[in-house]
Amino acid sequence: MRKVDVADIAVAIAELSMDANYNLGEDVLKSLNEALKAEVSPVGKNILVQLIDNARIARDNQVPICQDTGYAVIFVELGQDVHLVGGDLYEAINQGVRKGYGEGYLRKSIVADPINRINTKDNTPAVIHIDIVPGDKVKLIMAPKGGGSENMSAVKMLTPSDGAKGVIDFIVNAVSDAGSNPCPPIVVGVGIGGTLEKAALLAKKALLRELGQSNKDSFYSAMEKEILEKVNNLGVGPQGFGGRATALAVHIETYPAHIASMPVAVNINCHAARHKERII
Amino acid sequence: MKVKKISAPLRDEDVMQLKAGDNVLISGVIYTGRDAAHKKIFDLVQSGEPLPVDFAGQMIYYVGPSPAKPSEIIGSAGPTTSGRMDAYTPMLLELGLKVCIGKGSRSQAVRDALVKHKAVYLASTGGAAALLAKTVKRADLVAYSELGPEAVYRLEVEDFPATVVNDVYGKDLYEEGRKKYEITNLKEVD
Ligand code: SF4
Repeated sequence: MRKVDVADIAVAIAELSMDANYNLGEDVLKSLNEALKAEVSPVGKNILVQLIDNARIARDNQVPICQDTGYAVIFVELGQDVHLVGGDLYEAINQGVRKGYGEGYLRKSIVADPINRINTKDNTPAVIHIDIVPGDKVKLIMAPKGGGSENMSAVKMLTPSDGAKGVIDFIVNAVSDAGSNPCPPIVVGVGIGGTLEKAALLAKKALLRELGQSNKDSFYSAMEKEILEKVNNLGVGPQGFGGRATALAVHIETYPAHIASMPVAVNINCHAARHKERII
Repeated sequence: MKVKKISAPLRDEDVMQLKAGDNVLISGVIYTGRDAAHKKIFDLVQSGEPLPVDFAGQMIYYVGPSPAKPSEIIGSAGPTTSGRMDAYTPMLLELGLKVCIGKGSRSQAVRDALVKHKAVYLASTGGAAALLAKTVKRADLVAYSELGPEAVYRLEVEDFPATVVNDVYGKDLYEEGRKKYEITNLKEVD
């Protein structure tokens, strides 16, 4: 058993919180530049130039790309040969979020109760997903999620007879209804199969995939392409002002389904598609 | 592309020059305010008490910035979703507010009130928060410090970029822009 001190995990989470919020991924920047080249709307072009400039300013000055520095969503891939020492893993992760959001001048956007809404003032608790995997490493992924785009997400229990067309229509409609609200151009994460919560989690995980990579299964990579074309034909465009670049990418993840069900979840991310990872 | 420069205070004639889809650069004074401040101002108006700001001819920006680093004037400061302010906006337009700035579409009631009171709704780029913060040259607290990032600030900006969404002629850029670039099976555009 390899020992890993949870204090090291806390430090890593604090650093990843700042890194993710200040430094937009190279894959997203590349994709924004490609969208700029392809954009036909002058207003849309102007927006894409602003977004690319904005990412550079945030990186140069080490300030948040967006003032909504998000809900701290943390994925942990915990090697089964790791022995965690030094305390409670969940508390260590929250400690890391507290430190990162405090020292990094990130906005605190979490309320302790969904109805009575008192701010926790340190952006905790995080939403934490843990998978046990083979090996003796701990992989941490920090993915801050903005409220504007999260609110435009959707999930539906389709029936098997709805087929591929039903799935595609549901996803395209979700993007169409979202319009300008999720700060397009967006990234569309899709989970198909499993149960209600499995589909939602797959949709969230789909957002972690590097832009430019498609599903390994040729059936689903073709579906990703088809949906991307359809949503970009909606005309929503950058910021919803009209244009080609409504979405930068569509990522589908799937799981086996029950003979009676076909759950589909759509998790929408804004152009501030933030996530950073580290292996300990 | 044509860019129009505007500064507060604005008169009806100034606002009538702005058309849906225009790019504008704002310099001068903008007040900040989002959900909680709107609610407080609404309550003051209801009870007939004096307001912290005279909104006649002014602009309001729906923003809740991230905390400023010690070396900064303001933290990252992009727009928040305007729809949450819809219930309060007609009242502010009645008080003479000329420009509101946020992101996302407005209710029909707000769009009607913009036409009626000769005012415009602009969108600044959602998520371009670091870029927008750089245009802020000064930030002074005006009211409601207890609201933290939701307090009302008087900002002085230079060339703050925004796009006209709803103009005094009843046009809406979200609807028109989308229609213009939509590709259906029957028609191809551009
Ligand atoms: S949707 Fe994204 S870019 Fe837009 S305000 Fe929220 S976090 Fe920022």
